[in-house]
Amino acid sequence: MNKIALFIPLVLFATLSLFLLKGLDRDPTELPSALVGEAFPAFSLPSLMDESLLSTDDFAGEVVLVNVWATWCFACRIEHPMLNQLAHQGVKIIGLNYKDQPQPARQWLEDRGNPYLFNIVDQQGSLGFDLGVTGAPETYLVDAQGIIRHRRIGVLDQAVWDREFDQRYQQLLSEDQ
Amino acid sequence: MIAELGHAALIIALCLAAIQTVAPMLGSFMGYSNWMRLGYSLPLGQLLFVAVSFVCLAAAFLSDDFTLKYVAQNSNTELPSYYKISAVWSAHEGSLLLWALILAGWSAAVALFSRTLPLLLGARVLSILGAISVGFGLFLLLTSNPFERLLPVAPLQGADLNPLLQDIGLIVHPPMLYMGYVGFAVPFAFAIAALIGGQFDSAWARWCRPWINIAWVFLTLGITLGSWWAYYELGWGGWWFWDPVENASLMPWLVGTALMHSVSATEKRGVFRSWTLLLAIFTFSLSLLGTFLVRSGILTSVHAFATDPERGVFMLAFLALVIGGSLMLFALRGPAMQKVAAYSGWSRELMLLINNLLLVSAMTMILVGTLYPLIADVLELGKISVGPPYFNFFFVPLIVGLVVAVGIAVFTKWKTTEGRLLLQKIPFPLVIALLSALFIPLFLGADSQLFSYSLSAALTLFLAVWLIATIASDLREKIGSDRARMAKLSRSYWGMQLAHSGLAICVLGVGLSTAYDDSRELRMHPGQTAQVANYQFQFVGTDKIAGPNFTAHRGHIRVLQQDQLVTNLYPEKRDYNSGGQVMTEAAIDPSLTRDIYVSLGEPLGNKAWAISLQVKPFVRCIWLGGLMIALGGLLAAIDRRYRRRSKHSSAIRGGA
Amino acid sequence: MGRLLVVCSLLLLGTVPSANFDHRSALWASTEVVEFSQPALRERYYQLIQELRCPKCQNQNLADSNAPISADMKAQIQRMLEDQKTDRQIKDYLVSRYSEFILYRPQVKQNTWFLWFAPIGFIFLGAMVIWRRYSSVKTSVQGDKPQLTIEQQQRLNKLLDSGEDNP
Repeated sequence: MNKIALFIPLVLFATLSLFLLKGLDRDPTELPSALVGEAFPAFSLPSLMDESLLSTDDFAGEVVLVNVWATWCFACRIEHPMLNQLAHQGVKIIGLNYKDQPQPARQWLEDRGNPYLFNIVDQQGSLGFDLGVTGAPETYLVDAQGIIRHRRIGVLDQAVWDREFDQRYQQLLSEDQ
Repeated sequence: MIAELGHAALIIALCLAAIQTVAPMLGSFMGYSNWMRLGYSLPLGQLLFVAVSFVCLAAAFLSDDFTLKYVAQNSNTELPSYYKISAVWSAHEGSLLLWALILAGWSAAVALFSRTLPLLLGARVLSILGAISVGFGLFLLLTSNPFERLLPVAPLQGADLNPLLQDIGLIVHPPMLYMGYVGFAVPFAFAIAALIGGQFDSAWARWCRPWINIAWVFLTLGITLGSWWAYYELGWGGWWFWDPVENASLMPWLVGTALMHSVSATEKRGVFRSWTLLLAIFTFSLSLLGTFLVRSGILTSVHAFATDPERGVFMLAFLALVIGGSLMLFALRGPAMQKVAAYSGWSRELMLLINNLLLVSAMTMILVGTLYPLIADVLELGKISVGPPYFNFFFVPLIVGLVVAVGIAVFTKWKTTEGRLLLQKIPFPLVIALLSALFIPLFLGADSQLFSYSLSAALTLFLAVWLIATIASDLREKIGSDRARMAKLSRSYWGMQLAHSGLAICVLGVGLSTAYDDSRELRMHPGQTAQVANYQFQFVGTDKIAGPNFTAHRGHIRVLQQDQLVTNLYPEKRDYNSGGQVMTEAAIDPSLTRDIYVSLGEPLGNKAWAISLQVKPFVRCIWLGGLMIALGGLLAAIDRRYRRRSKHSSAIRGGA
Repeated sequence: MGRLLVVCSLLLLGTVPSANFDHRSALWASTEVVEFSQPALRERYYQLIQELRCPKCQNQNLADSNAPISADMKAQIQRMLEDQKTDRQIKDYLVSRYSEFILYRPQVKQNTWFLWFAPIGFIFLGAMVIWRRYSSVKTSVQGDKPQLTIEQQQRLNKLLDSGEDNP
């Protein structure tokens, strides 16, 4: 074995360290949606507030946020004021009431404010399953053509909005123009 | 007050470690023997102060001092005392203090038991151990201080120790594991000292060897205990998940095993010097890497400690310094390879080389698999998961190769072995192994209607019987019918055979329990019976009971075989008072030939429960094998030739 | 030799009576929590839920996980198995919704070449290095052998053999 070969372990370790250093900036729990770039899955589910049946047609042509929430979800309570604020600023938000009961859900919105244009009632979680929802809260950014552009798992707060959604949202809006 | 004392003691220990790093090393270059001798007394002082610090932290736990952040996060007034003590090392800061304590302990041991070492070498070894202590001391004091106060607002009650950790497993597994991880710092220090001094002969290997063996024994025990603990604690009957934290312990073990075998060749024949040095560096590097992976938050694991990016950067810097520095030193000053070969043909040296290759390949594979999700993420290749199917795919063939090689190796001689000799000795064990593999699975899988011959069981039996038969064969040859010859065999030899037998038993346990495991998850009402394997399980019902810090549903299941009562089992579903965490406590009827494993799932309403019934043949052999391996290593470590006082020791000591 | 053979055979046969595992486990009164119309489907189910990862948990497979999403995925797998779908189809269905993150056995694709081929490559490389060094060394051993007298050779053999017992 010549002298050069003795340096191989060092070189390999240096490469490894670079990866580890880069890795420290990453979040291993972050899970991008498998549906980014794909169409929002088709569905036919009731609305929360009235008797009508909803489908993707109901938000076609608009850039919207689809927010997955439920009354059993503690973090959703923390997230809700932010959603109210966004709705106030003109952001169109659609609710996906996930594996919940309609009556308590209606009450919940009455107590905390309703930022949603309308709410899809997904009691079995079937739409959630097709979307790749892993729990609540989750928020999807959908463009005017019905393509999913981004997904956030966890609370949507100001920092997250600024970092992950704001720019994308503005860009999609301007594309739509 | 006690916490401040502990904090101060830690600072003093750090100062002592700093002196221990600098003085003996400088002394070794300048020839100041009194500076070098400092290396022998400072570790004792360091041990004293780290121990004081540790005791202070334990005292804080026992007195429920929730003004300390670490205590508030990991303890509770209702926690039984013995768990309060083990809670000291249940999370990041405290477990680091345990690391530091054990490191101080090993350094002190080296200082006490190295009087026969040349002063130059000993001083340098202790200096390097001091440097590592400095690293950990700084890490503790700068980023992970267990004595941090929560004042002015301290909680009245602590968050409690995670119920999964309220178990004897926490009392024994981490200390045993750390003894192993940290223990490999000693051969590492020996390797660096050797590289600095330019002396890597058989004498160096002989001094280093007992330390390697003992550290390895602890690591073996630590891993075995961890697996056993997971088995009975987690409630599903699994015992190895290829989780990143588990892999972090297996990798240094594999390389440590290679080191242990490599150093024997270096000692006896002066070969593999580069290998031994490199393996010594690798083993401890993997310990450090493991520590980094577990505590930096870089990988997802059920076992990972709570994380902080600042800590990750510090650890990575420390890693880069220690590992990078040592590998650089190796590259620059590593021994030149020998031109003249000392061995040929089917020699023991060749077998050891194959052994090294297989073990290091296994370690590399595990490293790649464990880090790949990270690598893929950094390179934007997507979020990939790597789990048991990947690891088993590669690990199983490697172990097959290893076991076959170990069997052959038993018959080989140093320097060279006549092929004729091997051809004479191999057929007998081979035939017995093949026969076992062919016929035994016929009985084990027998069933009047549904015959199932398990190929994996056949392979397992082949390997285990092959190994045991080669060992038995060698023993027979060495002892024959002459009992007197038995006494002449060294402890080293017995240790080797015991450890290799342990490997066979472990393989047997792994293979047979996987092949013949029978598990059902059933919906049962009180009074109902089910049959799994050849046992009948009768669900009697559940009671509500209360423990020291929990309430629980306690099931009662009667296990019968051919209408005879085998045992009563009482699995529990516990609800802990402090956090509302629900935990499954499985009920096990252990035996060497099979474990019966029962646990409660969810209540299904109307007094019915989802119950998991498992019959796991030979699973206990896995840990029995692990114990045998550890015991074998211990025997080898206390071989008399390491403890013989050398007549030349006084002449060597003090020399260059 | 003969005696050893007999003893070994008896030991091995001794394991038999205690180790008779009846795979055709009968159930009376109680039912399985997850039921299948055929035993083969049950086998495939347990295989799949061990190979698939819970998307929400800290590194657990579906079998060991209590998360609601795991329960949903397991139910879906059961439905699809009863629907005569193949393992490939079931995995594709789930991956298209939850990404390849949920596969504990990574697919062999461009982004996993290194993962799947590095270990084999490493072993091969190592074996080559050993082989090359070994065969080049073998020739030099024959050439460099020093000439010993018969007495010296006997002493040498004795010394080498005495070290045999010690590993």
